[in-house]
Amino acid sequence: MQDFLEFRSISKGYPGVQALSNVSFSVRKGAVHGLMGENGAGKSTLIRVLSGDQSADTGEILIDGEQQHYRSVRDAFHAGVIVIHQELQLVPELTVAENLWLGRFPGKAGVIDRQQLTGVVSRKLAEIGIEVDPAAKVASLSIGERQMVEIAKAVMLDARVIALDEPTSSLSSRESEILFALIDRLRANGTVILYVSHRLDEIFRLCDSLTVLRDGKLASHHPDISKVTRDQIISEMVGREIANIWGWRERSLGEERLRVEGISGPKLRHPLSFSVRRGEILGFFGLIGAGRSEMARLVYGADARDKGTVSVDGVAIEADSPPHSIRSGIVLCPEDRKFDGIVQGRSIEENMTISSRRHFSPFGIINPKKEGALADKFIAKLRVRTPSRRQDIINLSGGNQQKVILGRWLSEEGVKVLVIDEPTRGIDVGAKSEIYEILYELAADGMAIVVISSELPEVMGVADRIVVMCEGRVAADIPRVEFDERRILAAALPDVQNSNTLPHAQVR
Amino acid sequence: MMTSLKKLLLGEQGLVVIFALAFLVVSLTVPNFLTERNMLGLLQSVVTIGIVACTMMFCLASRDFDLSVGSTVAFSGMVAVMASNATGSILLGLVTALVCGGLVGTVNGVVIARFRINALITTLATMQIVRGLALIASDGRAVGINDPSFYQLALSRFLGIPTPIWVMALFFVAFGFLLNRTVFGKNTLAIGGNPEASRLAGVDVARMRIWIFALQGLVCAVAGVLLASRITSGQPNAATGLELSVISACVLGGVSLAGGRAAMTGVIVGVLIMGIAENVMNLLNIQAFYQYVVRGLILLLAVLLDNLRSSAVGRRA
Repeated sequence: MQDFLEFRSISKGYPGVQALSNVSFSVRKGAVHGLMGENGAGKSTLIRVLSGDQSADTGEILIDGEQQHYRSVRDAFHAGVIVIHQELQLVPELTVAENLWLGRFPGKAGVIDRQQLTGVVSRKLAEIGIEVDPAAKVASLSIGERQMVEIAKAVMLDARVIALDEPTSSLSSRESEILFALIDRLRANGTVILYVSHRLDEIFRLCDSLTVLRDGKLASHHPDISKVTRDQIISEMVGREIANIWGWRERSLGEERLRVEGISGPKLRHPLSFSVRRGEILGFFGLIGAGRSEMARLVYGADARDKGTVSVDGVAIEADSPPHSIRSGIVLCPEDRKFDGIVQGRSIEENMTISSRRHFSPFGIINPKKEGALADKFIAKLRVRTPSRRQDIINLSGGNQQKVILGRWLSEEGVKVLVIDEPTRGIDVGAKSEIYEILYELAADGMAIVVISSELPEVMGVADRIVVMCEGRVAADIPRVEFDERRILAAALPDVQNSNTLPHAQVR
Repeated sequence: MMTSLKKLLLGEQGLVVIFALAFLVVSLTVPNFLTERNMLGLLQSVVTIGIVACTMMFCLASRDFDLSVGSTVAFSGMVAVMASNATGSILLGLVTALVCGGLVGTVNGVVIARFRINALITTLATMQIVRGLALIASDGRAVGINDPSFYQLALSRFLGIPTPIWVMALFFVAFGFLLNRTVFGKNTLAIGGNPEASRLAGVDVARMRIWIFALQGLVCAVAGVLLASRITSGQPNAATGLELSVISACVLGGVSLAGGRAAMTGVIVGVLIMGIAENVMNLLNIQAFYQYVVRGLILLLAVLLDNLRSSAVGRRA
C-alpha cells in the first residue's frame, strides 16, 4: 500500500537544544505506527509539529501526497490531523454529545437542534463501537471512557491521521483492551494512527510499523514490526553520545546520611525506601510519570505522607512540611523552576534569602546589610551572572535562576541533604557543567545529594549510584561500576523488567 | 519627549509625579484649598481609609482580598461605644473593640487559609454577617456615647494637629517599616509573587495569611474606634462602601491585584488622591451624587494605569 503520512527532513530547535534534526519517515494508509524513544528523544516535539501546535524550522509533512502548510492546531484539524494528548481536552460539565459538537453546534439562529445533537452522535458512536451514553455528562465518565470520547471526537471530525500520546498511561488493563479493539477498527477504516508509547508489549500488540527516535534523530525505521525484537529496540533507543561535560570524580563516602523508609502518599501508593550516604550523589532515573518527582516531594514534605519515615543522620524528622525539613537539613530544588522555584517580580536577593533571612532578623526585623552581604557572597560563589542583586529574578537565564535557588539553600548553612529535581532542565551546556561542579563540591563537603533526572546520560554522568523507578516502584539500584545504559533503560520500561534480571550477555 | 514622559508616568515614581502635578493645579485653581483649616479637614476625612489601607495593602500584596473591612469598622466602633457605656470604662471598651475586630479578621484568615475558601466569597459573607451583628446589637439605631471623654480621642490635638491624623501617620510609618524591613513584609510579598514557590521555600503560607487577616481586623477596630469618637456615637451603618474606597486607594497607589507588588508611599499617595478628589468636589459645591461617578472614574483610571505599568514591566523583562 502507498505511503499516506510522510515526514520529510523535519528539524526543530529550541534555545540550547536541537529537538529534532532531519527526521524523515513515512506511514502506510491504514497502519498503526509506533513511535518510541527515551525522554527527550524528540517524540513530543514531532507530535507537536504534526498537530500544528509548533511549526518545524525546516522540512515538510505530506498527507496523501499533499504537502501541508498549516500554521495552527485549527489548520491541522481541517487537514484531518488530530492529536490526543495525555491530558484530555473535554469539558466535564457538558454531555458527551455536547462535547463532540463543541465549537460547531448544529441548529438555527443560535438555538441548538437537540435531535441532531444526540442523533448524529449515537449513530457515530455505534458505528465505531463505542459504548458511551451520548447524554451522560463527561464528568461522570471514567478516564477510559473519556479517552473513547476524545477518539470519537477525532472520528466525528473525519480525522485521517490520529496521534495518541501515551494513551494507556492512566488506563486499567481492561480499559486498555477496549482501546486496542477500537484502534483495530479504526485501522480497518483506513485511518493512520501514530502511537506513542513506552510499553513494548503494546507496541508489539498494536503496531504494524515502528520508528525509534534518539537525540532528535531517526535511530531506526521498521516498516514491518514482525522483523524486530525487543532487545533490538532497546539498543536503538540508547547509545547516545556522551560528551565529557560531567567531570565526575571519585569521592570518599561516609556514614549513612538520609534514610527514607516506606514512604507513600496519594500520588505514590507503593511504599518506597532508599538511603544516601555522606558525600554520595544518588541518581534517580525513570520515565516521565514513574513517580520520581512525587518521591522528592514526599521526602521534602511538600506533599503530605500517608506512611513512612524520613531520617537524617539517624534522627527521624517530626512532621512532614517544608519548614520542618529545612530545619532538619533537607532541602529541595523543585522540578518546575518557574512555578515552584522562583518568586517572580522579586529581586535576586529576596529570592535567595527567602528562607535564610530568619537567621539574621532579630524579632523579625531584617538587617539589610547582612542580607545584602549574604546575597553578594553567593552571587559571587555560584557565579550568578547579574549586574546587581536587586535585579528581578525573572530577568535571569534558566541556569542563573537555578543557581539562585541553590544559593537559597546554601545560605541556610545547616543543609545536610539536597534533593535536586531536573537540575539542568532548560539550561545551556556551559551552565550545566557549572551546576554539576557545584554538586560535586557540596558532596565532597559531606552533603548527601539526590539528583532526579529524566535524561539518562545526565544521571549516568553525575551519580555514584542510580535508583531506577518504574510505575511508582524501585525497579533497580545500580552502583556506578555497573552502569549500563541498556540495563538502566530496560529497568525503567514498564513491561520488560524481567529482561533486566537476565544475565548481561543474554540481553545483548 | 513622549517616551521620557511615558517613562516618568509609568515608572516607580509615576504616581508621585501625577499627585504633585494634581496638587499644584488644585492649589492654584480651587479657592480655599490650600488653607490650614482645609488641609487638616482633608487629612481628617481620609483617616479611616488611610488606616485601613495599611493592612489592605498587605492583603492585596499577598494575593488576597478583604471586603469585610467596612462592616468591621462599623461593628468594632459599635462594640467600643456599647462596651464603654456598659462598663463605664473607656479603656475596657477599646480593648473589647480591638478583640472583636481581631476576631473577625482571624475568622476570615482561618476560613480562607485553612479551609481554602475563596477570599472574595469568605469576606463577602463575613461582610454581611458582621454588618448584621452591628445592626442586631444596636437594634438598628445609633448608640450615643455616655462618657464625653470618649470624644477626646478624635478631638484632642497634639502640636495643633488632631490625634487621629497622628495615629494615621504612625500607622503609615509602622506598616511601611513592616513591609520593607521585616521578614513578615518580605514573606507577604513573596507569597503574592508565587505562593507555591514560597511554600516550598519554607514560608508557612497558611499561617502568614491568617496573621495578615487578623492584623487587618485589628486595624479596622482602631479605625472604627476613631470613627465612633469623631461621629460621637456607634453607627451600625457607618463606613458602608469603605472596602471599595480602600481597595481603590491601594490600587491607585500601585499595589498589584495579582500580588507581589506594593509600596507604602504609593498607598499614601493613593489615599491622598481619593481625599483630594472628594475635598475639591465639596469645595466646588459639586452635588454628592456626582462624587460616586468621579470616584468610579478614578478607580478605572488607576486600574488602567496598573495594567500599562505591568505590561511596561513585562516588556523590560
